Amino acid sequence: MADAAAPAAAAPAGRRARLRTDLRHQPGFTPMAWVCIVFLYAPIAVLIAFSFNDNRSVVRWTEFSFRWYVEAFGNEGIRNATVISFQVATVATLFSTIFATMAALATTRTRPYRGQTLAYAIVNQPLMVPEIVTAVATLALFTIIKKATGITGIGYLMLAHTVFCIPFAYMPIRARLEDMNLTLEQAAADLYAPPFQVFRRVTLPLLMPGIFAGVMLAFVVSLDDVIITLLVAGPGETTLPIYILGQIRRGITPEINAVSTLLLGLSLIFVTLFFLIGKQRKT
Amino acid sequence: MAEAQSTLVDARRAAEVRERRARWLLLAPALLTIGIFGLFPLTITLIYSFLSPGTYGGVTWEFSTDAYVQFLFERDIFDGTLEFSSTYLQIYGRSIGLAFVATVGALIIGFPTAYFIASKPPEQRNVWLFLITLPFWTNLLIRTYAVLLIIRDEGIINLGLINAGLIDRPISILYTDTAVFIGLIYSYLPFMVLPLYASLEKLDFRLVEAAYDLYATRFQVLRRIIVPAAKPGIVAGSILVFIPGLGAYITPTLLGGGKELMIGNLIALQFGSSRNWPFGSAAALILMAVVMVALLIYVRNASREGGNHG
Amino acid sequence: MQQRTDTPGADRAMVQAERVTKTFGRGADGVTALDDVSVTIRENEFFTLLGPSGCGKTTLLRLIAGFELPSAGRILLDGAEIGHLPPYRRPVNTVFQNYALFPHMTVAQNIAFGLEMQGKPTAEIGGTVARMLDLVKMERLADRRTDQLSGGQQQRVALARALAPHPKVLLLDEPLSALDLKLRKEMQIELKRLQNETGITFVFVTHDQEEALTMSDRIAVMATGEILQVGTPKDIYNHPARRFVADFIGDINILDVDLDKIDEGRGVVRLPGGATASAALPEAEMRPGAVSVAIRPENVLLTGPEDGARTATGEIERVVYFGSAHNVHIRLDDGPPIVARAPHAPGGAGDRAGVILPDEHLQVLVD
Repeated sequence: MADAAAPAAAAPAGRRARLRTDLRHQPGFTPMAWVCIVFLYAPIAVLIAFSFNDNRSVVRWTEFSFRWYVEAFGNEGIRNATVISFQVATVATLFSTIFATMAALATTRTRPYRGQTLAYAIVNQPLMVPEIVTAVATLALFTIIKKATGITGIGYLMLAHTVFCIPFAYMPIRARLEDMNLTLEQAAADLYAPPFQVFRRVTLPLLMPGIFAGVMLAFVVSLDDVIITLLVAGPGETTLPIYILGQIRRGITPEINAVSTLLLGLSLIFVTLFFLIGKQRKT
Repeated sequence: MAEAQSTLVDARRAAEVRERRARWLLLAPALLTIGIFGLFPLTITLIYSFLSPGTYGGVTWEFSTDAYVQFLFERDIFDGTLEFSSTYLQIYGRSIGLAFVATVGALIIGFPTAYFIASKPPEQRNVWLFLITLPFWTNLLIRTYAVLLIIRDEGIINLGLINAGLIDRPISILYTDTAVFIGLIYSYLPFMVLPLYASLEKLDFRLVEAAYDLYATRFQVLRRIIVPAAKPGIVAGSILVFIPGLGAYITPTLLGGGKELMIGNLIALQFGSSRNWPFGSAAALILMAVVMVALLIYVRNASREGGNHG
Repeated sequence: MQQRTDTPGADRAMVQAERVTKTFGRGADGVTALDDVSVTIRENEFFTLLGPSGCGKTTLLRLIAGFELPSAGRILLDGAEIGHLPPYRRPVNTVFQNYALFPHMTVAQNIAFGLEMQGKPTAEIGGTVARMLDLVKMERLADRRTDQLSGGQQQRVALARALAPHPKVLLLDEPLSALDLKLRKEMQIELKRLQNETGITFVFVTHDQEEALTMSDRIAVMATGEILQVGTPKDIYNHPARRFVADFIGDINILDVDLDKIDEGRGVVRLPGGATASAALPEAEMRPGAVSVAIRPENVLLTGPEDGARTATGEIERVVYFGSAHNVHIRLDDGPPIVARAPHAPGGAGDRAGVILPDEHLQVLVD
């Protein structure tokens, strides 16, 4: 008798009926999710599309071309800014990842100790203070140091980037360490490996994906920074985002679209790598 | 036996000392770097806020509370009397208002999105999460510029509407509060979706089934089961959108056109063309104070949630 | 100091724990995992630490391995004190519960790891690894990554890795618990074979009494941080000294009786039905009075309901068939229930029956 009723109820299958019987469904939520995705990607899509437009206008589409990319590559200002950006990001990534790795080793998988919460709070401090505040405070400190020592140079900018890159590099490394099985290191010690060998042969190789992820994040975050760089950077230390900001203020040209697309693409590559590394970490 | 015990005690103590030394050696580079170049500068800002401005930027070492007085009062140029002025309060009020409205906007878009993702099968969730997170890791400046491109008078939205015959002349969005509002939501939407998703993912859908079984309607299920379960995420997401929204610099600079100031612009301006570092420092510290209040609300809420559920 | 006896033989001490206490945490929050434990494990012995979870068996194993340092007491290995040494300076190796194979190394690399750390020459390492692979029948999988192995294969690699440096003692922490029943039976035999072939002392931790009885030369039964009884599987099974041991291992009848007196090392007890019997006494000091005696169901003799001098009579409550025999549940006329195991049921529920409790199977227990 129940069998006879079931097909009858299922008969008007259709999407509407399926949604009505799907207990998880809430009306309007699915369209809103699509609105969210379109909202997030539409502006970027427009920006990228017009970077390939063979026309000075960033409004009307005429023809596909790499013209603005060619011009961007020929632009000395862009080339210099790119070099500066990469120099700063490389140095900041190197130091922040090393420091973050060390800090992560000292803050995970231990019995709670005095000062642990404080250490954790300090490592994450750059995330909790608004960037503009960090920017002016760093500017104040660097001005004092410059006046006292007479030393100038790009080192200050690299240092400022290192500071705010540390918590970003720290996150994936810490997560990886917490996922890591402590008995593996005990097994190594049991098999006659002294502490340094345990680290070199077991901990470090297993931590590598986390460190790679940290490198990716730190690099992207340094590459994308605007506010702190804007205030701290000295003359001749124009990074790519600062160059772009200056150009936007002067007026919109397709060349900016081309440079922006390139920078966007670079970030995308790094972030995608970050996610791919994150995905394979369970194995 | 006594001798054996003492070697054991020695071994244990040596291990403890070694562990402690290794731990602080490992922590030292990160803590020193952030301590000296991240925390210490905040102290300098505090000191600067009680000094007098130098003529060409910087400060002169003269104690003064002018920076804080200036925040509320205007000094008459001729007789030096103080008169209440709401100029700066208005900027803070505007910033808080804009950040708040943007938070609500992000919640309205973000909640259904997070729920939608959480109700997907696990393999699909990762793709959606990736799509939501991806913009967050791309350049904020460029994303804001992209928004600028489409909301301009000659942007795609206005052109589309005109071509469709819906309007005759472009709607001016750029360089208004609306533009800043859109820009803020756009910038920080992922911050809202991710914590919301984190709480909704943990929602046991059997609870939803149980509620339907007990005659609840869809709306009642949403209000009585789903929203309470998502509350930690709602609070976390709101804080994560509100705080950076409050200190935003790029969004008001590009989309507000510099005439509608937010706190971020005000502070940067003092260290730039206005050359009033003490006032800029004071403004920065007041921003920090507002942020701290918001964080405290969050921490209190989070610990209460923790206490209730586990 | 401990005198080292150089005569090789079953009785030489390999591992000695002397009055070992281990407390986790400090002050009021401290938890005592091991409380003043002493035990001696002999050379070339398959020794099992048996007990429920939280009894301290794993803690004792970790103290021998060196993953924890004792709070008090001494641990000796082959006569030398090792309690204070870190794990990498102790010639003992461990097979972990979840194997803890290095996921970034191949099977062969895993097995070679300990030898490399000992600084053995490359040629020797190659030879030993090959022998180990052969020993655990894993030659064909030498270059596999460990996450491509089945549970049983991982188990074999973990064994080979721990045996490769030829430790004085092999510690096994519930290594079979993750395997299914059939595989577990196979590995029990395999472990026994490996122990015979290598001649290494095995210390095996388990909560599975059947596993302990099948494989061990001797068993230490543990509960709440103490060792309750040490003995051969037969000792432990037939003459449990403590109520907990009797209860934990196998099915057993425990009867409350009166101990009249102690006579030539055996206790004279008054059984239900009025007969007196002579029961084995535990090592502890006993006084006449109320005690418990234990007897296994298979040692209870079923007779007819007619009264003999040694017979206690009662009524059959139910008969439970379980394949190889029947468990006959009888309520004795004096009150206590008793279970007898018999190939054939003497009757059905409600029938009268008698039981005899032979002296040689009666054991007085300490609570």
